[in-house]
Amino acid sequence: MRTASRLLAFALPCLLPLTAAAQMTGNVLKIGILNDQSGLYADLGGQGSVTAAKMAAEEFGGKVNGVPIEVIFADHQNKPDIGSGIATKWYDVDGVDVIVDVPNSGVALAIAKLTADKNKVFIDSGAATSDLTGKACTPNTVHWTYDTWALANGTGKEVVRAGGKTWFFLTADYAFGKALERDTRAVVEANGGQVLGTVLHPLNTSDFSSFLLQAQASKANIIGLANAGGDTINSIKAASEFGIVSGGQKLAGLLVFISDVHSLGLKTAQGLQLTSSFYWDRDAKTRAWSEKFAARNGGKKPTMVQAGVYAGVLHYLKSVAALKADGDGKAVVEKMKALPTDDPLFGKGTIRADGRKIHPMYLYEVKKPSESKGPWDYYKLVKEIPAAEAFRPLAASECPLITKK
Amino acid sequence: MTTQALFSQLLIGLINGSFYALLSLGLAVIFGLLNVVNFCHGALYMLGALVAWYLLEHLGIGYWWALLISPLVVGLFGVVIERTMLRRLYGLDPLYGLLLTFGLALIIQGVARNYFGVSGEPYDIPSQLTGGKNLGFMFLPNYRAWVVAVSVVICSLTWFVVERTRVGAYLRAGTENSILVQAFGINVPRMLTLTYGAGVALAALAGVMAAPITRVSPLMGADLIIVVFAVVVIGGMGSIFGSIVTGFALGVIEGLTKVFYPEASNTVIFLIMAIVLLVKPAGLFGRTT
Repeated sequence: MRTASRLLAFALPCLLPLTAAAQMTGNVLKIGILNDQSGLYADLGGQGSVTAAKMAAEEFGGKVNGVPIEVIFADHQNKPDIGSGIATKWYDVDGVDVIVDVPNSGVALAIAKLTADKNKVFIDSGAATSDLTGKACTPNTVHWTYDTWALANGTGKEVVRAGGKTWFFLTADYAFGKALERDTRAVVEANGGQVLGTVLHPLNTSDFSSFLLQAQASKANIIGLANAGGDTINSIKAASEFGIVSGGQKLAGLLVFISDVHSLGLKTAQGLQLTSSFYWDRDAKTRAWSEKFAARNGGKKPTMVQAGVYAGVLHYLKSVAALKADGDGKAVVEKMKALPTDDPLFGKGTIRADGRKIHPMYLYEVKKPSESKGPWDYYKLVKEIPAAEAFRPLAASECPLITKK
Repeated sequence: MTTQALFSQLLIGLINGSFYALLSLGLAVIFGLLNVVNFCHGALYMLGALVAWYLLEHLGIGYWWALLISPLVVGLFGVVIERTMLRRLYGLDPLYGLLLTFGLALIIQGVARNYFGVSGEPYDIPSQLTGGKNLGFMFLPNYRAWVVAVSVVICSLTWFVVERTRVGAYLRAGTENSILVQAFGINVPRMLTLTYGAGVALAALAGVMAAPITRVSPLMGADLIIVVFAVVVIGGMGSIFGSIVTGFALGVIEGLTKVFYPEASNTVIFLIMAIVLLVKPAGLFGRTT
């Protein structure tokens, strides 16, 4: 009897943490930030995304359901094979529960499939392709910040309405560029515009003058830049140098991040219209958070991708806490869809059945140097696109989760 | 395709070619005279641009002075590299020099990336060279015309110094048989140090020239260096004349590829390299030893 009670006294404390974290796999919740840490997309995500995820974890008290939260990161170098390799190791060996960010649509599509196969959770912030919630949707993916459909619907529609009827595309030659061009082309044609031509350029091109001359020769009103990051910066710089804009043609940057505008400088970037789901100076809440973020990010204000990482991780943690489990990725994502979202950066919103996070989008214009009060004071609001109109309607969805129903 | 468009693409190719020529020139000088495969050339090119940006942003010194100061500063940095590290590897297999300079390139780029991020900093075209001329078939920005002119002048000057002057003769003799040249009372080690410094200064000059066109970004050299190495290999390792001609020619070929099959514009140079190496292993202008 004495031995039995001793045994019990010894065993009970060991069991305690087990009951508290009954449904948590492993003794730590691991969040893996997988993005470009060193290449052309490193400034729009990179270490900033890691910081954003850490801020979300800290806000949650560093623990969920009694287990500590750990944030790790890796560089996918914009290569789907490297990204898949890291993700496989993370899921199989390192016990990572959720992969977040993953800019570069090519890599993101690979990770989405892998995550579904392993039944984990994938919250994408950095990638653009609308296929993530379209024909490549899975029950394990949440696409948070923006997508190509929303960008086309924002910038594309507005430019056509303002009289830009004929278009020529400079398109990054991979999944993202092609998706962005496809979605924008649809918007342009639906609104009475016409596409005169397109040229596919390799990812990470340093000289765009040759492509721009082809666009110039097409005599289109609008040169649509279906590229991102360093490629967009180089296109805009070369266009200003070769007198494309002063020659009467206009540029439409279909995906422009605040880090791009910072790098271009207002003198070159002024007047450019862009669609974004987040701007640090939108209201008191975004400003307060962005100040905290900038203090930890070398003074650089957050991009929408980094904001999306923060908000996505926060909502994930809330859902895991509500579910009291993290093992079944599909169940976690279902919980994420069931719970309404609420965070200081994107406000109140929802996650739709196809994995699409729904919130308003904003059409901004880059300020003139004379209008800006200093570094990072770059955008003025042109119009808000309400949440109900900002993203592709479910009725037009190619997502098997929707069409099967 | 109209002749108009063809002309404009040829001209664009020539402009890009002048960067290839300027960069491969420094590489060819260093390899030809020191037998060092200088893999940190791209990083030093980036450093040249970064120094120009720093001069403007923090000291208010503009483009024209930067053209002079930046190559001097970076050239001096090159001298330090040569004196403290590279010099110890002269007698060894060229592979060691390649590994050392490759490591240096990674360190320089990593440090710069840590401080500046990857998006880069803006650097404006100097006011004297803004605008451009309408040539009828295309709009030629003044700055690009200036780049071509400077590149042609610098390339010819370097070729002349190395191939046609007494100093150049010493240099070439020093690499053939340094003991004999030293016996004539010439300080060969110092000559090699200065040669490396000069080669590096050429990279920095190219960097300053590129700053207003591309962004001043820590990755600007890494993006370019592989292409430039291909240029040097096609031209014949160490052949100064070869690297100049190949630099311009490949710029033009790349430009034309961007029109006829843009998807291949990143690979066409390597395709040519493979073919040239199969047919003429020493490169187009290389000497087989």
